[in-house]
This record gives sequence, C-alpha cells and structure tokens, in this order.
Amino acid sequence: MRKYAPILSYATLCTLIVAASQLGVLNGYVQLVIMYVGINIILSTSLNVVNGYMGEFSVGHAGFMAVGAYVASILNVMLFTESSTFGPPLLSPSSAIYLFPVTLIAGGTAAALAGLLVAVPSFKTRGDYLAIITLAVNYIVKSSVENIQPIGGARGFMGMRNVIDSMGKVLNLPWPMIWVFICVGLSVWIIHRLVNSTWGKGIVALRDDEIAAEIMSINTHRMKITAFMLSSGLAGIAGGLFAHVLGYINPGTFTIMKSTEALVMVYLGGMGSLSGSVISAIVFTLALEAFRPLGIIKWVVVPLLLILLMLFRPEGIMGQRELGDIFKRKVTGQGLGVGGDKRRPVTPNP
Amino acid sequence: MTSNPVGFSHVALLEIKNVTHFFGGLRALCRLNLTLQGGELTGLIGPNGAGKTTVFNLVSGFYRPSEGRISFLGRDIKGLRPHQVTALGIARTFQSIRLWNSLSVFENLCVSQHHLLGYGFLRAVLRTSRFHASERRVKKTAEELMDLLELTGWAKELPKNLPYGLQRRVEIGRALSLKPRLLLLDEPAAGMNPGEVDRIIETIRWVRHRFKLTVLLIEHHMRVVMNVCEDIKVLDLGETIAEGRPDEIRQDPRVIQAYLGEEEPDHARGN
Repeated sequence: MRKYAPILSYATLCTLIVAASQLGVLNGYVQLVIMYVGINIILSTSLNVVNGYMGEFSVGHAGFMAVGAYVASILNVMLFTESSTFGPPLLSPSSAIYLFPVTLIAGGTAAALAGLLVAVPSFKTRGDYLAIITLAVNYIVKSSVENIQPIGGARGFMGMRNVIDSMGKVLNLPWPMIWVFICVGLSVWIIHRLVNSTWGKGIVALRDDEIAAEIMSINTHRMKITAFMLSSGLAGIAGGLFAHVLGYINPGTFTIMKSTEALVMVYLGGMGSLSGSVISAIVFTLALEAFRPLGIIKWVVVPLLLILLMLFRPEGIMGQRELGDIFKRKVTGQGLGVGGDKRRPVTPNP
Repeated sequence: MTSNPVGFSHVALLEIKNVTHFFGGLRALCRLNLTLQGGELTGLIGPNGAGKTTVFNLVSGFYRPSEGRISFLGRDIKGLRPHQVTALGIARTFQSIRLWNSLSVFENLCVSQHHLLGYGFLRAVLRTSRFHASERRVKKTAEELMDLLELTGWAKELPKNLPYGLQRRVEIGRALSLKPRLLLLDEPAAGMNPGEVDRIIETIRWVRHRFKLTVLLIEHHMRVVMNVCEDIKVLDLGETIAEGRPDEIRQDPRVIQAYLGEEEPDHARGN
C-alpha cells in the first residue's frame, strides 16, 4: 500500500484540481498557471537527466521542445481541423479525443530523434564543447522553423485551439490540463524508475568516471543515446502540451531564453535530484507569476534571487537528495554525519 | 566458469603476439609477446615509462595496437570496444583509483555488473519480472563480494570517504563483480603502507584461488611481485628485457641495470 501512496496522492490531487476547474472554482488564469507548472516540471526533470544525472551541460532544451511542439501541432491541425494551410481535416474532428496522445507521442518521438543530433557527437566530445553543440542544435531548430513558410515561419503557427475545442465537444472536460497531469506523472515515473535501477545508475557512473564506466562493461554510447533521447523526447512532449495550452507557437518562444529557464530550474532544484527538479519547477513558475505585477522589474528581481541562491546554497534546494531521504532521516532520527550531504542511502529491498 | 583453472589449456587465455604500439612518433611498446595460460599469475614490471599500463590499455580494448594481434580465448579482440572486451571476461583495476564517487560502495559493485543485467531501458521502466530477478541477482553478487572482501560495514559509504587501502579493495571487488576470467591489476599496492601491502598480497592470493582467476599484475613494490607472482616479465622502454621466475629475475643483470641504471646516470633516463 505504501508503495502506491505517491501515485494515489498524485492522482487524487489531479482529480481535485480537474474537478475544481470544471466546477469553476479555479479561474482560467489559475488553471493556466497550473498547466505551466506541469509543463515546467517535465522540462526540468527531463533536463536533469542530462545535466544532473549524466553531468553533461545541455543548453538547447528549448530546441527539442520546439520540435515536439511543431510536430504535434501540425499533425493535430492537419488531421482534425479545417485550416487554410492544410485544407479540410483528414480525420473526423471528434477522433482527436483519443488520437491526441498519439500525436503528442509523435512529437516526442520527433524530438527524441532530434536528440540524436546531440547524442552522437557526445561520443567524441563532452563538457563545454558538447554544450556548444547543444546550443547549435537549438539554433538549427529555431532557424529551420523560421524559414519554413507553410507552417508560418517566424510569424508562428496556430489552430491548436480548434483541436482542443473539438475534443471538448465530444466530452466537456479541461483536456489540456488532463493531458498535462498525465504527462507529468508519466515523465517523473519513467525518470524515477530509470535512475533507481542498476541499469540506469550506469548514467551516474558515466558522469563520475566515463573511462571506468566503459571498462566496467557499461556501453557508454548506449547510455548516452538513452539519456539524450529520453531527455529530448520528454522535452518534445512538454512542447506539444505547451503548444496546445497556449494555442499559438512561434519560433521566438523556443530560443536560448527558454532553454535557460529550464536550466535555472534544474540548478535551483539540485542537480541529480528528481524531487528537487519538481519542487523548483513549481517554485520558479509560481515566483515568476507572483512577481508579474512588478512588470519589467521582474527580470531584475528573479535573476537577483537566483544569484543569492547560488551564493548561499549552490547545491540547489535539494542538493543530490530526494524527498524520501529527508523523510527517512526524520523517521530514524539519523543525523547527516560528515560528508553526509550528498550521501544517498542504499535500499537493499525496493 | 570452468571449475578447473587449467581446464582450458588447449587455447591460451590471453595471447599477445608481436604487438607494437606508437603514440604519435613515440614507440611505447615494441614487438611484445605474452601468453597467459589459465590459472597463471604473471607479473609485469619495469621502470616508469616502460609501457606496462599501455599493455593493460591495449588488452582492455582502450587502445588499438599499431601492429600485432591480441586474442582472448582464441578470439581476436581487435575492433571491440572496451565494454565488449570486458564482457568477454577481462576485468581490471586502475593505477589511480577510479571508483564512482557519487555511488555508494554497494552501488559501485552493482553497476559494474552492467553486462550481466540482461535488461534495458524499457524493462527498467516497466519493472518486469526479469528486471526484478536481475536486480536480485546483481545485489546478491554484490553482497556476497562485500562479505568476502569484508566491505559490508562500508556498503553505504561513498568510496571517496574511505581510506586508501579500502578503496583499493573496493576496486578489486568491483572488478570481481564482473565475473572475469582474467584480472588485470594495475599497481594494486601503490601508495600503501606496509600493513596495507601485506593485506593486499593476502587479498590477491586469496582472490585468485577463490575465483579461479588468471592474474596479470603490474607492480612496483618488489615485495608484492616477488611474493605473489609465479612468472615475471620485465619491460623497459617498450621492450621485453627479461622473463622468468622471481628468483631468476632478481639476479638478471639486464633487470638490475634497467632499475639501477649502472651505465648511465639516472637523469638521462628521465626517472
């Protein structure tokens, strides 16, 4: 029973929020912020796989997000809506309700394939050089989209609202929010299970000592491909959700600024801490919204807070720990001990 | 694994034939020949820069020999990546300790069994029965090894917080967790105090019998080499200058010359 407690409480929370939205308790703005929080959780946890667990420095996360956003949006608009670019819908608009996840996964898959653009060079180079490659990939994606006129080029692409509407016509529920919740749950679940398996810990071994990892029978190429494709694939799904929540996307959204936001959330939460990434995505998104009345000054205050955080708590909110570690310690009453900050307890029986 | 260490006597376990290796213009190894039969414990010694670690890097697939052939159990290892060579049954330790410092000792011994896991990303996420069986097996192996090497008390510690001698033992444990047939030990006694050296001599001997291993050992500590090795090969500047039993090596004039540098002053050799 305790094993399922996190899943059950998450499901309950989501149901409550969806019900509250449906009954009009939460207004549109609050709903939007909640969905942004969800999307940012996917972005930060997925980036943590590469930057935290694998110790590489990817600064191009928004590029993969863009791939997912555009692929999912184009597919949905083409298949389910009447549009000036693609003409009449190829499928019945009402079928969007069960084909939406398929297009979302298609977007994620496309982004994962784009992740190979980084994964393959990572066999030969790492660190700063790989960071430059990720930056380049970000720009390649953005510039490509800008120059493809049929999908709007720099003007952007829209029509996703109609897809959501046709889903709502079949069954009146806040579909974007439901899908955000499902995807957040799945992302965290997948990453959690990966990094807590012996196989997945190979990614951490790779970070600590790549040569030792390769000599100790870890197929480092395969681990890198897995980590990069998982990370970019989930970013793609976050992008697809983002496009449908907002109803409009343009290449200008997916610049290095967006990548930096994802980076900030990872470092704020703590590298290599999954719960840290989740917490920081919530805190960061809400902070940005809370400072909205400040207007342009927000962009001074928020970075300033980050500088203070880096000065006084450089390891982030959670360091390398997980929420579970803190609870365990409280229960058993154990102190941290020397060098215990980064110690992660071993659980012999999962 | 064969129960008898000399059970595969028809095929040499490791065969290095005429291997020459260059780093750019520098010749690190020159026509090296080395054959290990199952169950042997061979020492590889020589002054600094003799090419000993290069031999290890070639055997573990980290370098490709410029010339010559290396085969393990009759199979040419050319073109294999290090993790594939390891999966064939060659494990090694490093001259400078290379443990994974953000994983606990226990996790270090588990993750190293990567090629024995038998599951990948999908099974790790879906937690299939194969995943659970595999995790149990891997953890059992790690626990047994920790027990045998008396590391159980440090299972949850990070390697970097352990004393040097213990870290060495963890590294040997990690190499053993790969279930190798050939163990390459690169200066296992480096930087150890006399007590720790005695302990490592004991460990090497014991481990070899317990796991029926063939061992190739690089070592500077003459006490270790002369005590544990049955056969010694001496390299100097990439060339083999002597081979034989410890007592023969001890009296070999070329070896003495290479180590003590009778005819030329020390600084000319660069060490």
